[in-house]
Amino acid sequence: MSLLEVKDLVVRFGDAVAVDGISLTLQPGERLGIIGESGSGKTLTALAITDLLPEGASRSGTILLDGAPMPTSERAMARLRGQRIGMVFQEPMTALNPLMRINDQIAEAIELNSQHVSAQLDTPQLLTEVGLEQKHGDRYAHQLSGGQRQRAMIAMALASQPDLLIADEPTSALDLITQRLVLALIADICARRRMALLFISHDLKAVAQVCTRVAVMHSGRIVETGSVEQVLRAPQQDYTRRLVSASRFAPAATELRPLGETLLQVKGVTRDYHRRNALFWPIAPLRPVNDVSLSIASGEVVALVGPSGCGKTTLAKVIVGLDSASAGSIAFAGQSYRGRDLPKALRRDISLVFQDPFSSFDPRMSIGASLSEPLHLEPALDRALTPARLAEAVSAVGLDPAMLDRYPHEFSGGQRQRLAIARALVTRPRLLVLDEPVSALDVSVRGEVLELLARLQAQFGLTYLIISHDLDMVAAMADRVLVMEAGRIVEQGRPGEIFAHPLHRLTQELVAARLPELDAPSDPDATPAG
Amino acid sequence: MRRLLSHPSLAIGLIATLAFALLGLLSLVWTPFPITEIDIGRRFLGPTAAHWLGTDNLGRDMVSLLMSGTLTSFTVALLAVAIGVGIGVPLGLAAVAWGGWVEWLVLRLSDFVFAFPAVIVAILITTLVGPGAVNAIVAIGIFNIPVFARVARGGALSIATLDFVAAAQLAGLGNARIALRHLLPNIMSLIIVQGTIQMSLGILSEAGLSYIGLGTQPPETSLGLMLRDAQSLFLLHPLLTIIPGLCIVAIVIALNIAGDGLRDAIDPRLRQGNRNVLA
Repeated sequence: MSLLEVKDLVVRFGDAVAVDGISLTLQPGERLGIIGESGSGKTLTALAITDLLPEGASRSGTILLDGAPMPTSERAMARLRGQRIGMVFQEPMTALNPLMRINDQIAEAIELNSQHVSAQLDTPQLLTEVGLEQKHGDRYAHQLSGGQRQRAMIAMALASQPDLLIADEPTSALDLITQRLVLALIADICARRRMALLFISHDLKAVAQVCTRVAVMHSGRIVETGSVEQVLRAPQQDYTRRLVSASRFAPAATELRPLGETLLQVKGVTRDYHRRNALFWPIAPLRPVNDVSLSIASGEVVALVGPSGCGKTTLAKVIVGLDSASAGSIAFAGQSYRGRDLPKALRRDISLVFQDPFSSFDPRMSIGASLSEPLHLEPALDRALTPARLAEAVSAVGLDPAMLDRYPHEFSGGQRQRLAIARALVTRPRLLVLDEPVSALDVSVRGEVLELLARLQAQFGLTYLIISHDLDMVAAMADRVLVMEAGRIVEQGRPGEIFAHPLHRLTQELVAARLPELDAPSDPDATPAG
Repeated sequence: MRRLLSHPSLAIGLIATLAFALLGLLSLVWTPFPITEIDIGRRFLGPTAAHWLGTDNLGRDMVSLLMSGTLTSFTVALLAVAIGVGIGVPLGLAAVAWGGWVEWLVLRLSDFVFAFPAVIVAILITTLVGPGAVNAIVAIGIFNIPVFARVARGGALSIATLDFVAAAQLAGLGNARIALRHLLPNIMSLIIVQGTIQMSLGILSEAGLSYIGLGTQPPETSLGLMLRDAQSLFLLHPLLTIIPGLCIVAIVIALNIAGDGLRDAIDPRLRQGNRNVLA
């Protein structure tokens, strides 16, 4: 008998159907991945199974656990969730109670399950199982790193020895190295405990890493289901094929681009944040960027990679003039500046594309108004020419200039990122700084945006500084890679060489943490070395 | 607008508030009897066909007094809110847009003002310039300034961390332009909601100040002044106290319901449902 059986599940918000009659079964110990883009209904499916749907949603269809229907009373359902189903959420910071020590939260989960027939677990045992040290149990959530928090969440989910673990994008808030470790941990624990797993993700490689079977969801329906090998190696449906091909990056052109003279030179830049202790006594400053020097030639595509918190975004802010260096200087086309004092005449030559396309446009302003803002940097520009310049930028990113009158909420994430690129191009800059340009986008549109960036680079002879933690993307785009750790650049070189023969420890870790390509043969039961 | 009216509490609150406001406005052009018409021979009348709610200790018509008093209360509260919004919101926005010592100064100033209750300010102004409705407006208005400064600052702080503000900085916009173009429109809903709450508090404060003789002075009337005139006669003629009292309660409840409804309807943090309660 199957552990979980979902038949004709429909989730509605008023008239809008979010999950449209999906059916799936899960055998004991089986690991099923649900893949889909944002808005495909994969999270709602998980919430419907646990009866945690948001207000305003209505559910129909049958859900059987061990052949028995789910209880209708909230009390019984809560007990069932506590004992049979463990959940791990995407953002561990908001899923943990900030006022309770980790130990107490795990103990609470054990306590709630004290009626369970099987032998009781204790907190130290659980901490060990998820790879945390005992001292971590005495800490609060904010004192742990993202990966440690996610491990603590997993420990809480395991406290009741559930038969089913539901993990909703458990690694998308984590950086590359931590992601690999947490995925390995989940796969390992499920195999050891013979626990079934419902793993929800938009990342095909992550699903391939931990799951044995996969269901592909698209606009509320399951379009394809089968074993991981079958679906991801030989997809039958068009939609799955598009997803799979979008998760692969074409390798970068091998020939070197012709480079011009040095455009940007960063000389010994350090950024300090001064701190004071509780008695307002100055303590050692926080130094996210520590004596960084680099130079970028015009027409070059340089990538800056590193784990979260390594200072790459701070460095980008100094370069574009949003922050000032505490020491050192930057020269752009021969003009020296320290950050905020970037001369207005030069500002139009440097543009920044933000990571999150959802917060980079003012929701109360039409796209046209947002896009025309950077034109303030060109006081000589005739106002009558503004519409022509906007149309030029919007057409360059492959959108229709008629969209300029619309508001940001009318656009999808991918379209917004195109518009953000259009805004960066409107002043016809020479250097584009791209801060994680595709990491907030769905897999299926990442490829399009990267193609667009490559085309624009060739078309306008742009220089790119790409900030990313995604090595595959960097390998596909960059001429040169700089690896950054704790505020310093520790290694640099051509992407092909640096990823084939990493010298520095961090580069080696980053390369090792890359999830294997989908077509590479892999044993799903093997747990990667962590 | 249809989205706003789909919230029943908002519709009820707004309609009730508007009804009171219209009643007050009507008193400008028409009242059943002139409120200055003193007729000692007809004082302390109960409800009659001519005087629906009776007459007071000077023989004035209670309905006319209520209409005029409501107008005074609304005007005082509205002008006080206008003072608070007009000065407080720019201060709060400036604190965020410039930061540093500007922010420090705005915060310390609002701490300073918060330390003085509106009553103390009203007493101070009264000793300086004598009593009157304007005193109440200024005293309550001063008290509103730090309230709006803090609401504006709090809302703007969370907007200022968003990328589109950084994009505006990159586009070379000055702090003032960023505050006006990007911060202000995105905190308007917060300010409107706070405005309705401060309106109801203002009506209560006006009643309180008039009651202790620091606000509206005769022959003008206000709901608080009516209470004050009636208090010594409460055991003999309770209706004279109960009617303006109930009127204050009804107006404050109407404004609070409207404020709650507005917050439900337009506060983006609540509109996202339960997704983001900690944010």
